[in-house]
Amino acid sequence: MATGSEQVVFKNKTARWIEDRLPILGFGYQHLVAYPAPRNLNYFWNFGALAGIMLVLQIITGIVLVMQYTPHTEMAFDSIERIMRDVNYGWLLRYAHANGASMFFIVVYIHIFRGLYYGSYKAPRELLWMLGVVILLLMMATAFMGYVLPWGQMSFWGAQVITSLFSAFPLVGDPIVTWLWGGFAVDNPTLNRFFSLHYLLPFVIVGVVFLHLIALHTHGSNNPVGIDLTKKDKIPFHPYYTVKDLFGLAVFLLFFSYFVFFGPNILGHPDNYIQADPLVTPAHIVPEWYFLPFYAILRSTVYDSIFTPLIVFSYLGITEKLMGVLAMFGSIAVLLVLPWLDTSRVRSANYRPIYRWVFWLLVIDAVVLTWVGGEVPTETVVLIGQLATLYYFVHFLVIMPLLGRLERPRPLPDSLGRPVLSHGASAQPAE
Amino acid sequence: MADTTVRHDESGGATRRDVLDVVTWSAVAIGAGTMVWPLISSMNPSADVLALSTTEVDVSQVPEGAGITVMWRGRPTFVRHRTPAEIEEARAVPLSALKDPQTDEERVKEGKDAYLITGGNCTHLGCVPLGNKVTDDRGEFGGWFCPCHGSHYDTSGRIRKGPAPLNLPVPEYEFISDTVARIG
Repeated sequence: MATGSEQVVFKNKTARWIEDRLPILGFGYQHLVAYPAPRNLNYFWNFGALAGIMLVLQIITGIVLVMQYTPHTEMAFDSIERIMRDVNYGWLLRYAHANGASMFFIVVYIHIFRGLYYGSYKAPRELLWMLGVVILLLMMATAFMGYVLPWGQMSFWGAQVITSLFSAFPLVGDPIVTWLWGGFAVDNPTLNRFFSLHYLLPFVIVGVVFLHLIALHTHGSNNPVGIDLTKKDKIPFHPYYTVKDLFGLAVFLLFFSYFVFFGPNILGHPDNYIQADPLVTPAHIVPEWYFLPFYAILRSTVYDSIFTPLIVFSYLGITEKLMGVLAMFGSIAVLLVLPWLDTSRVRSANYRPIYRWVFWLLVIDAVVLTWVGGEVPTETVVLIGQLATLYYFVHFLVIMPLLGRLERPRPLPDSLGRPVLSHGASAQPAE
Repeated sequence: MADTTVRHDESGGATRRDVLDVVTWSAVAIGAGTMVWPLISSMNPSADVLALSTTEVDVSQVPEGAGITVMWRGRPTFVRHRTPAEIEEARAVPLSALKDPQTDEERVKEGKDAYLITGGNCTHLGCVPLGNKVTDDRGEFGGWFCPCHGSHYDTSGRIRKGPAPLNLPVPEYEFISDTVARIG
């Protein structure tokens, strides 16, 4: 069973009866068992499956937690304390869910950087990549609204800050914010709609994940060498990658368990254990770690320091506040058009001697932005943040288009099998 | 679903892969079971719900011949002050006449025979039977009657006729003074 295209005939009578009426078993068989996967996938290809598992885990723990949660400003905080103290295993479910969100983002960020390194966004996988960016956006919305639900200080002020972003737009800004709040402040109507949407969006994500998988399986997985593969270079997903994914899952669960059982609050902010108070702002409002790079971009776009020349935009009505919002959304929007910004015909960075270093500069840049986002914006921090923000956009808007034309890639092998079978190991990359 | 792949050796015996398969699925089953347990357990009564599980009743407020309904664990609980004739009637019934045989003595506290404390939901489908008020229809046996599906209970709260299978349950309780009973 090397390919998934042919008709499956089940030996089991019941399976055949079902398949004849609803071809769901054959669909599952073709996509989870027979799916022809490249035989050279490395462990970075585990993270897609891990992301799927995290999505399911979040939905399951979430559904159970909701049975104990009360979406009301006067009761939300206490209902969560009750989950922690009185509900059987409530502490475990809540910690698994809260840390699960962090784990989901770790997994997805690695998944994205894997795609960036190996050029998984390039033709014919542009829509696959864009659907992935849509999933990221949905995840961000879901995680943000979920963070608001405990109605702690950080929840409340996080909601205040993020919803206020929309007030940056001229004319329509303030009415939009009032509409988002359902009132004149972040209050009970806001909490209720966030709760409703926090429950809804994961299922929308599931839907887009299906599209993501259909797009993936249309042309098959990319691979570390980045060349199009023949049938001979593919192996069935089961048992080869089911086993590899299971091993990866086991290792990942060890990592996850460390946080859940030994440091459940390491990734959270202590202020969220203070009940929301609309009259007192925390000393330093910070989002969850996975939003820090975007938060840094938001805060860095002030018309000051190296960005002083941007002051010309203020004459066009683009205030510093609006610029921050635009830059932040732009930092994700730029990913949507990346398949057309990258002009190189070679996918894998293993064959792109300059890009493989540029890639790591982007990783470092993301780390720097994460750090900046968590710091109090003093003069030095702002300067570093501006440099990092500038580099982020230069990477996508300048380096990617130019590098594709200027760089001379190393020669690609014709197939995975040939160099190995003829003992011509020289054409096979070491990685 | 793996029916299309060949995994048995020609002679039909188990292969190494069959063993690995069984071991893997066993591990998956144990792992999944372990992970599912907290999810299911979280839906059981929580500590704060269990903490609400005692109620005190001043039985001296119940007039002879009548009963009152108190809330215990969110459900009705009957406290009936029986007349000597009703107690007599309950004790005269032979156990062989009962669907759920229990003596009246087992269902009350010694020395407090006049007070019968039972759960207030019919053991058929959980309706609340009539009979606490003197004016209620108490059914053919003078205890309680559930008009919904026609179950008759006697003055000891035992099922005598109708679809209900069991006697009205006697909760855990004790008299903490002459007149006050603590249920739960």
